[in-house]
Amino acid sequence: MRPWRGLAAVLAAFILLLPTLPAAAEEADYDFSAAVDALRVKSYADKEVAISALADTGNDRSIEVLEGLLVGRLFYRKSDQRMVLAEPQDVDYEIRDAATGEPLGTTGKRKLKKIGINNKLRKHLRGTIARLNLAHNDPAVRMAAVKEMMRNLDAAASDLLRAAMARERDVKVREAIRSGIALADLDSPDAAIRLRAVTDLTGSLLPEARNRLSGLAERNADGSSSGPDETVSLAARKALQSIESKLALNRLAETVFFGLSLGSVLLLAAIGLAITFGVMGVINMAHGELIMLGAYTTYLVQLAMPNHLDYSLFVAIPAAFLVAGLFGIAIEQGVIRYLYGRPLETLLATFGISLILQQLVRTTISAQNVAVSNPSWMSGSMEINPALAITYNRLYILIFALLVFAALLAVLKRTSLGLQVRAVSQNRAMAKAMGIRSEWVDAMTFGLGSGIAGVAGVALSQLTNVGPNMGQSYIIDSFMVVVFGGVANLWGTLVGAMSLGVANKFLEPFAGAVLAKILVLVFIILFIQKRPRGLFPQKGRAAEG
Amino acid sequence: MTKTVFAKRTLRAIALMAMLALSVQLAHAADTIKVGVLHSLSGTMAISETTLKDTVLMLVDEQNKKGGLLGKKLEAVVVDPASDWPLFAEKTRELIEKEKVDVIFGCWTSVSRKSVLPVIEELNGLLFYPVQYEGEESSKNVFYTGAAPNQQAIPAVDYFMNELGIKRWVLAGTDYVYPRTTNKILEAYLKAKGVKDEDIMINYTPFGHSDWQSIVADIKKFGSAGKKTGVVSTINGDANVPFYKELGNQGISAEDIPVVAFSVGEEELSGIDTKPLVGHLAAWNYFMSVDDAGNDDFIKSWHSFIKNPKRVTNDPMEAHVIGFNMWVKAVEKAKTTATDAVEQAMIGIEVPNMTGGTAKMLKNHHLTKPVLIGEIQDDGQFDVVWQTEGEVPGDAWSDFLPGSKDIVSDWTAPIKCGNHNTKTKKCSGQNY
Repeated sequence: MRPWRGLAAVLAAFILLLPTLPAAAEEADYDFSAAVDALRVKSYADKEVAISALADTGNDRSIEVLEGLLVGRLFYRKSDQRMVLAEPQDVDYEIRDAATGEPLGTTGKRKLKKIGINNKLRKHLRGTIARLNLAHNDPAVRMAAVKEMMRNLDAAASDLLRAAMARERDVKVREAIRSGIALADLDSPDAAIRLRAVTDLTGSLLPEARNRLSGLAERNADGSSSGPDETVSLAARKALQSIESKLALNRLAETVFFGLSLGSVLLLAAIGLAITFGVMGVINMAHGELIMLGAYTTYLVQLAMPNHLDYSLFVAIPAAFLVAGLFGIAIEQGVIRYLYGRPLETLLATFGISLILQQLVRTTISAQNVAVSNPSWMSGSMEINPALAITYNRLYILIFALLVFAALLAVLKRTSLGLQVRAVSQNRAMAKAMGIRSEWVDAMTFGLGSGIAGVAGVALSQLTNVGPNMGQSYIIDSFMVVVFGGVANLWGTLVGAMSLGVANKFLEPFAGAVLAKILVLVFIILFIQKRPRGLFPQKGRAAEG
Repeated sequence: MTKTVFAKRTLRAIALMAMLALSVQLAHAADTIKVGVLHSLSGTMAISETTLKDTVLMLVDEQNKKGGLLGKKLEAVVVDPASDWPLFAEKTRELIEKEKVDVIFGCWTSVSRKSVLPVIEELNGLLFYPVQYEGEESSKNVFYTGAAPNQQAIPAVDYFMNELGIKRWVLAGTDYVYPRTTNKILEAYLKAKGVKDEDIMINYTPFGHSDWQSIVADIKKFGSAGKKTGVVSTINGDANVPFYKELGNQGISAEDIPVVAFSVGEEELSGIDTKPLVGHLAAWNYFMSVDDAGNDDFIKSWHSFIKNPKRVTNDPMEAHVIGFNMWVKAVEKAKTTATDAVEQAMIGIEVPNMTGGTAKMLKNHHLTKPVLIGEIQDDGQFDVVWQTEGEVPGDAWSDFLPGSKDIVSDWTAPIKCGNHNTKTKKCSGQNY
């Protein structure tokens, strides 16, 4: 009997308390929703005050509301002025109440009005959200919050960091907070604390650390230190030296990556040509337009699957290969096969084809550039350290270019088609005598080269504008790479593309983008004078054919 | 007898009909005022210029609905110079000599305007040029309804300096005449304001540049030196898209390093994914988003004329509207379409801007314009964050270049020239 009675007492007490509890919660809710409503003011200065007030409520939902405001998802409904968070659906928006999170169904775009922000507010919002996020469960979010706070350190921020340090468990975040506190400590009146802060910052690659230390290390005109304390200045100078040497290494790595990335673009553009021009000897001026067709295929695929943008590229790659490949076979069957052995006529005919293809796209799709969106996994960058970040789109395209290269090499070296292609290109008469249908092989080879150009178009659509003229900008580069690398040699194309890319990027900081390009061209002209057959000339009897 | 009478009657009837037909034709020729439209409808510039052709057609149409001009109907004569600069000169000659147009609205790029100039001066025609340009020019036969550098570039730099506290400057542009001249003016202006050499970085890229990695990395490095950094961009056309994309990918947001562009407007943004651009700025004299009754009316009539409610309006379109309205007023004032009379009547004419205030044609053939700075929004529109108080008068010859400091343009008596040196009190005769 006893336990039951105890339970009943607890229950009774609970029932008695019940009316008061929700009342308190309701009041807080009311305050919070009033704070959210305050964001609806027109003036940006008032909005800034409202943002701070909202953050100060300490409500769990404030982060979500502020983040919604930052990315432009916070609206109010015109009919009843209710503040809502909206997610765009196909046509309409799916909305929920900003203050309570209660779902409110879907509504048309015209019925909502966005809460606008400007750059100053964005900065304020980021800072506010970072302060709130210092207590987030996810270490990655805490890390981002600490980094954001370091950009704008004031006394309040450094106090917050110190408080966060006490409860932080994650090693990496602790390290970041330590750097932040050290940055704040550089302003400390105590020389010993300043000295310790300088030591903490030695070797840090944070741009803020470098700026603050170079301020401390500055010398006056007479060579004496400008800072109040000689030992701190000396330490700062030493710390700065170690930072500079680390930075130089990172910059070198960065330039090499940029070069390889440019090289991968050149490789993609040229590799199809390495087949049609290098192996078959056809001067195909419409090569750039085949790249363009691939890019437009990406655009059409994205139009067809608007809800699966992240996967659209995986559909676009085979689609572009087929489209460009079929166009290539049609060009070969319709025009080029009548012109084998007449390079000048081939050049003119394919140039005409390139104009026809451009106009085709202009009339059927649009004369204007089309928007191909990047899937989310290709946006942003991978931060290796604060001084070195590698953008994902470039990284994936570099890997993709190498994969395409490997696949093509495998086709040529390991399949019977590849064997036949090599046989025909080395000695057509003998290949025919052995029973190879050389016309069929020609069509397939040209189709393969064109298909690869289409695949390159998919990759390039992620980097540059997709428009009727886009092929023009790649045709010169493609021929340049193939000729430089050595005709009829895939490895030559790889090495040629990569070395031209890296050379270009090493020249660019000194010479500027315009001059760097010219210098590379001059270099190639001189190189071709010396070695007319490129980096890796074909040797033996095949070279004569 | 009856036969001859019949023959005579028939003859007379035929003669009468022929005369009637002739007089109708004569009357027709005399009863229209011809408006030449010289905008590329094919080639690279077609993207931007086709819209302007449609704008002029709409204005002519509206004017005719109001009963024409001087009791006559307006007739638009459209030619296509095909983004081919020398062809602009040929087409101008064709418009004036063969078509006998009374006025021409046209050109976009500076090089096309420079190609038209000798022809239009030789044949004494009238050209309304609607695009922001580098200045250093004032021809008697041209009215510049777009912004001069002091109506776009200089106020934008002032905004960066005073409102955003920018201390380090990147001047990035495409490698041709407009960015080079503008950047020369801006560099001189910044130095006059006490900005040191090491705080200015100038960078030029080829047309259609797409590999922005190292340039953006350079800007990032340049901007990480502790002082607030901003980019003033005269990057032209579609090279902007990969540029902004690279900025986004390398994690540079508009709050860290804001970019203000002079060649990116609503039309340029309409075809692209604007997410990476949000918060970056543009300086113009007109934005579609400006809340103004005149602007609302214009957008409404534009949408009904072009039959597409999604089409945007932009700054050069407003310039054509202002130019056209001024020309109409000037013709009414001069009561003729003769070039010299209209040219003199133009000066001092005022018409309302579509962003509030009035545009006045000055003695140097430039306009007074308000300068607006807008932040790019994710819907491809601009949100005005700053604007000049009142209008800024256009200055043909920049005050910040050593060569043109003392030069003014004044097309009224007694000076009557486009290149008058205030020190030597002489006209050089070379107006461009």
